[in-house]
Amino acid sequence: MTALALTKPAELSETSILPGRGGFFGQLSDAFWRHPRLLLFLMLTPPLLWLGIIYIGSLIALLLQSFFSIDDFSGLVNYEFTLATYAQLLSPTNFDIIIRTIIMAALVTLASAVVAFPIAYYAARYAQGKWKALFYLGVMLPLWSSYLVKIYAWKLILAKEGILTWIFEKLHLSWLLDGILNLPVVGGNSLSVSYLGTFVVFVYVWLPYMILPTQAALERVPGNLIEASSDLGATPSQTFRTVLFPLALPGIVAGSIFTFSLTLGDYIIPQIIGSSRLFIGQAVYAQQGTAGNVPLAAAFSVVPIVIMAVYLWLAKKQGAFDAL
Amino acid sequence: MRSDRSQRSPLLLKIAAAGGLLFLHLPILLIFVYAFTTEEKSYQWPPPGLTTQWLAIAWNRPDVWSALGLSVQVACIATAIALVLGTLCAAAVSQTKFFGREAISLLVILPIALPGIITGIALRSAFSLFDIPFSVWTIVLGHATFCVVVVYNNAVARFRRTSGSLIEASMDLGADGFQTFRHVILPNIGTALLAGGMLAFALSFDEVIVTTFTGGQQSTLPIWMLEELIRPRQRPVTNVVAMVVVLVTFLPILAAYYLTRDGDQVAGAGK
Repeated sequence: MTALALTKPAELSETSILPGRGGFFGQLSDAFWRHPRLLLFLMLTPPLLWLGIIYIGSLIALLLQSFFSIDDFSGLVNYEFTLATYAQLLSPTNFDIIIRTIIMAALVTLASAVVAFPIAYYAARYAQGKWKALFYLGVMLPLWSSYLVKIYAWKLILAKEGILTWIFEKLHLSWLLDGILNLPVVGGNSLSVSYLGTFVVFVYVWLPYMILPTQAALERVPGNLIEASSDLGATPSQTFRTVLFPLALPGIVAGSIFTFSLTLGDYIIPQIIGSSRLFIGQAVYAQQGTAGNVPLAAAFSVVPIVIMAVYLWLAKKQGAFDAL
Repeated sequence: MRSDRSQRSPLLLKIAAAGGLLFLHLPILLIFVYAFTTEEKSYQWPPPGLTTQWLAIAWNRPDVWSALGLSVQVACIATAIALVLGTLCAAAVSQTKFFGREAISLLVILPIALPGIITGIALRSAFSLFDIPFSVWTIVLGHATFCVVVVYNNAVARFRRTSGSLIEASMDLGADGFQTFRHVILPNIGTALLAGGMLAFALSFDEVIVTTFTGGQQSTLPIWMLEELIRPRQRPVTNVVAMVVVLVTFLPILAAYYLTRDGDQVAGAGK
């Protein structure tokens, strides 16, 4: 009796286990089911090979070159380990380029955060239904529309004969524009060849990258926190300083990763709209192209990598990655 | 009285938000006016007159067409590669847990987290190291590398929302792995892949920084634009091309938005 009871399940399971699948694909499918690791391995190999070899491989090759130097007489690369190329970064001209780029990146980040906040806050808290979609697309379309076209549009706007000069003229404010252009550092012959122009275009092009994470962070702030704050007697500015801003900060830091990193590496905007003074990206481009000094170009490109590594580490401590 | 407070927004906030959005959109609209200006030599505003002759002239320019052709070709190949690699990576990361998962997401994001110029110069120096001549494929190599992340982002978001029990049910009902993929997984992630593919296409179609390093003498449409920006030869043609590029890139973005809007914001979360 007991024996029968014991054998019965065994019989049942024998019939319930089907024979293995026939055919090549059937067997392959069975093999994947029995060995999930095999499937995982096969899935991961192509992307890892591509990114690992093509991307990381060339990145490492580039970094290695920064430890070589260039022979001043022959112009050829001298394949011996040296830190001389890094020392060149500290020469006054090169160091100026680095400082200039960092200051620009910091200012652009700050300005983007200020301009982005109202848009993000309105979209997160007040926009409903259709308006919400409109705000989302209103940020998405400029983000994804062509980078060069955006720069081109600003070349049109900032040109001496362009729309901005015309607007200032119509408003009888030409003296103001001239005054701005006559400012010592930020000014220039026209806005399209001044630091101010470069700055505005940087802010314009990277602004959507700041809006999206800020909005994402603000969406997570419960509305009743703001109400509680005002119920407890805080003025709107106190509420902003002590409740809203600290809660939005991770999102702003996440956005600043983009604005900062993108400004550090860009070489097209300052080339087209700006003074002739170089930024890091332009220096990298010039060193590897016309100057043929790949080691110095490599050393220059290490600068944004190091700055971004430090920046990411600080951002991580702020909890910015949860807001991405 | 209290409850309707949150519906009203302060006037100042409204103005600042509207101003910000206008700041984002007016410059692009300006392009449309310039495409029809009669002025050839400068960027004069207001335009002295309006004409449609530049459309015809731009249409008949062979260099624009060949640049456009190369751009489309590169974007198609890069998108195809990115679709395969991005989906594989997303499936592996979201369906299983294994050691080094975090590292893989980081690896995928790295090509867009680091400035484009670094990717460009790294690839360029690798090409010269191995004596690889510039071709369509060197451009594709660069583009596919950073297009993977857009497909990956879209696919990962969708995989997270797709219940694993669906796959188990399909297996229980006797489907083999390939049938499950074709009839269960693919229909579920299809629109996400389509959206990711469109965004990857738009990203590749627009890419200029990496392409300047990996393109050699070939010119894609953005490279053509860049040359016109640095040394303007025929400004009205550039205006027309800029307008067409704006129109053409809007379509895939709108389409991608409508394909993914039911989900969490995945369409463009990080370019």
